[in-house]
Amino acid sequence: MADEVKLYSLSGSPFVCRAKIALNIKGIEYENMEETFGNFSADLLKYNPVYKKVPVLVHNGKAICESLVIVEYIDDVWKAVPLLPQDPHEKAIARFCAKFIDDKFIPTAFKVFGSHGDEQVIAEACEQLQLIENELKNKGTKFFGGDNINLVDLSADFIAYWLGIIEEATDIKFFTKEKFPKLTEWAYNFVECEFVKGVLPPRAPLVEFFKKRFGN
Amino acid sequence: MAEEVKMFGFWASPFSYRVELALNLKGIRYEFIEENLQNKSRSFLNYNPITKKIPVIVHNEKSIVESLVILEYIDETWKDIPLLPQDPHKRALARFWANFIDDKIMKSAHRIATSSGKEREDAIEENVENLKLLEKELAGKDFFGGNSIGYIDIAASVIAIWFEVGQEVSGIHWFTQDEHPTLWKWKTKFEQDEVVKQCCPPKYKLVEFRKMLTASGSAPK
Repeated sequence: MADEVKLYSLSGSPFVCRAKIALNIKGIEYENMEETFGNFSADLLKYNPVYKKVPVLVHNGKAICESLVIVEYIDDVWKAVPLLPQDPHEKAIARFCAKFIDDKFIPTAFKVFGSHGDEQVIAEACEQLQLIENELKNKGTKFFGGDNINLVDLSADFIAYWLGIIEEATDIKFFTKEKFPKLTEWAYNFVECEFVKGVLPPRAPLVEFFKKRFGN
Repeated sequence: MAEEVKMFGFWASPFSYRVELALNLKGIRYEFIEENLQNKSRSFLNYNPITKKIPVIVHNEKSIVESLVILEYIDETWKDIPLLPQDPHKRALARFWANFIDDKIMKSAHRIATSSGKEREDAIEENVENLKLLEKELAGKDFFGGNSIGYIDIAASVIAIWFEVGQEVSGIHWFTQDEHPTLWKWKTKFEQDEVVKQCCPPKYKLVEFRKMLTASGSAPK
């Protein structure tokens, strides 16, 4: 029986892109169900009544919500090209890093832009980004996953692409090559990766979107 | 080679309790090290220099942090008495609801405890609704894990035990048998479990501790 895989998405979302990249890495064919921001379909609301958000993966009629949960689901079902280390301790570190980026860094980054560059918030964001930089430095590899992208790289897609875009839109910059050389190099490799390139939304409309959002 | 498991925790922390419960359900022997949260020990900070928070487990000298990450590690390392379902979709749902408990239920409960006026009223309304959403996941089962305690039950232990403490101290009742009959039934069954009782601090002590925190103006975790 052929698998039916649908992904409810918004092309501009870093959370959606995590799922798309994971599906690409695994070579899974799926139907992209593009939603409209501010006017979600009845289907999406049916599949994600709790958060009413994208991404939602629907696999043979069963819905999975929340991007990191979706990535782990994809990894559980399609075992080729693992997105997590095999060793339980390494896996735990990867899960922790992915959560840290999601639960701590991304909200802090949004606070930076929402506060129009408050010094204290920028300091907090830099501190958090430094931890992520150190993790990559300690690994000494191209990606957090080694030679290949893993869950942490996916979680960090916001850093690789969206962060620079919002910095441009707001003219507030803290993710610099001087302070974060490893992450800067990683970001370049990430966006150039074959599984990522085709999935990233165009830059210019995103810059405009964030200019409006942060009132610049 | 005997496996060495150490756990850094705090007796009154619901996050610490999750890990102790998981270790006890699996019958894993461990050394519990009580951390003074006002004065953290050097060895603890060595094991968790990043978040500097409990709980932390150390297994064969390697540390794992964050309660839900620890639960998954425990489940993957000691495979008897699985906490997470085997089926990938059910596993995804378990992760989803555990995250929901942390992201939504715990956060709005924290706002109930630390805010006042309209903000508090909104937080209460939100928490009541969030608990109703969680309740649906029980769908006639004794536990979220089915016939036995599983990953979501462990994550939800804060609701079963700590919410009652918060309600008693604040006098505000948002999690009740009337509003949430199914979840209330689950709570009653959960609290009666022998392993749950074994590692749970006495309620009167938790109440005393919460009253002391409230009086000193410290926000409860």
